[in-house]
Amino acid sequence: MSARARALTLGFERKDPVQVPAPFEYARATSVDNALELLQQLGPEARLLAGGYSLLPMMKLRLAAPEYLIDIDGLASELGYIRESDGEVRIGAMTRHRELLESELLATRLPIFTDAERVIADPVVRNRGTIGGALCQADPAEDLSAVCAAVGAQMVIRGRNVERTVGMREFQRGPYETAVGEAEMLVEIRVALDPNLGSAYEKVERRVGDWAVTAAGAAVTLSGGIVTRAGIALAAVGAEVTSVEAENALVGKAPTDELLAEAARFAAAACSPASDQRGSAEYKRHVAGVLTHRALRRAVARALGREA
Amino acid sequence: MQVTVSINDQEYTRDVEPRMLLVHFLRDELGLTGTHWGCDTSNCGTCVVLMDGEPVKSCTLLAATAAGHEIKTVEGLEVDGVLDPVQQGFTEMHGLQCGFCTPGMMLTARALLDRNPNPTEEEIREAISGQICRCTGYATIVRSVRWAAEHPAAPAPSSEEVTA
Repeated sequence: MSARARALTLGFERKDPVQVPAPFEYARATSVDNALELLQQLGPEARLLAGGYSLLPMMKLRLAAPEYLIDIDGLASELGYIRESDGEVRIGAMTRHRELLESELLATRLPIFTDAERVIADPVVRNRGTIGGALCQADPAEDLSAVCAAVGAQMVIRGRNVERTVGMREFQRGPYETAVGEAEMLVEIRVALDPNLGSAYEKVERRVGDWAVTAAGAAVTLSGGIVTRAGIALAAVGAEVTSVEAENALVGKAPTDELLAEAARFAAAACSPASDQRGSAEYKRHVAGVLTHRALRRAVARALGREA
Repeated sequence: MQVTVSINDQEYTRDVEPRMLLVHFLRDELGLTGTHWGCDTSNCGTCVVLMDGEPVKSCTLLAATAAGHEIKTVEGLEVDGVLDPVQQGFTEMHGLQCGFCTPGMMLTARALLDRNPNPTEEEIREAISGQICRCTGYATIVRSVRWAAEHPAAPAPSSEEVTA
């Protein structure tokens, strides 16, 4: 069991939430190289602190208790960017939610990000929270994980003197677990651009700032009226975010509404929501199907240039 | 560790634990109790301060992280006895009842008006959507921000004050 998973287990057994983090040693990274150096020096009990809106609440609740915090707030300029390069959109890991929401490039080419960012947390939290922090937190209810899985994003992970790229579906190892290893950090997210790609995100939440009851992202590539690639990913319905069966149901066929509804039924059947204060498992499964259908419709409309 | 934070254009240095959150640094170390401490879970927004001009929730920010940024609290809104138009707006339009959410609401309003001097009601509601008024006085808060938008310069004293 990883240190993180162990901390989680211990935390969930605690009955008296403490609203101050446990003591830790603090270091400020001055560059990506410096952060990697510190990670190597301090070992596996060190954690990176990006925007802090996921990690600090977990530390207050003692669900996480790292011995060392490496603050990468100062890396916002080095790793804060959204740019088009070599037929891809490249997003720096320290890019803040607000910057994603306000990006013209994403709104035009990958509106699934814009859809999701409108409903991630609240405007104040979006000023600080980062895409890299959200993806590395890997909360099963986290929206950008589903977005990146739907569009088949590539994650660039850097270690000292070495850089590797893994697909989003390989990046996600399970709840709160990613492919980022010791003395490594996520530095960039890459999404291939395709003029025939349409994408959309749909979410139901109880109120602004709350986690999703359920959410669904869809990315559809069309060629000659036929689906050549489909990505479907859900949030807040269990550890498995993608539905390969639903995706396969679409590929090679014309995206009629009946076909989209069928794929949505597959996605709803494949997910594994749990009953909690946000709704019963049965309700969430129903919502998952409805939202997948809606996201697919909008993604197809956008691929056909019929909706901005 | 020694932390130096620039707050309302003044630098403050204190020896604090790395785990100290900015809200406690402001209230307990500096006595700047205008910043309120509410839910402690980054939901309610009463602890909002401006960091480099943008609203952030100070219960979910280490004082150590705030070092190297410009912080503005509600104490920094009034300058030389002249209220910020947002403060004046909350006075004119009855923007507060119990007052607990007010400092955070006013700072978010200030940041909104700095970016968008003439926001619509919907834009104001969106901007404050991460903050909770448990008196549910949202309508008057929105009117207060609109008042500030309509009176952007240093506001003249109200008529009662002039005749008084």
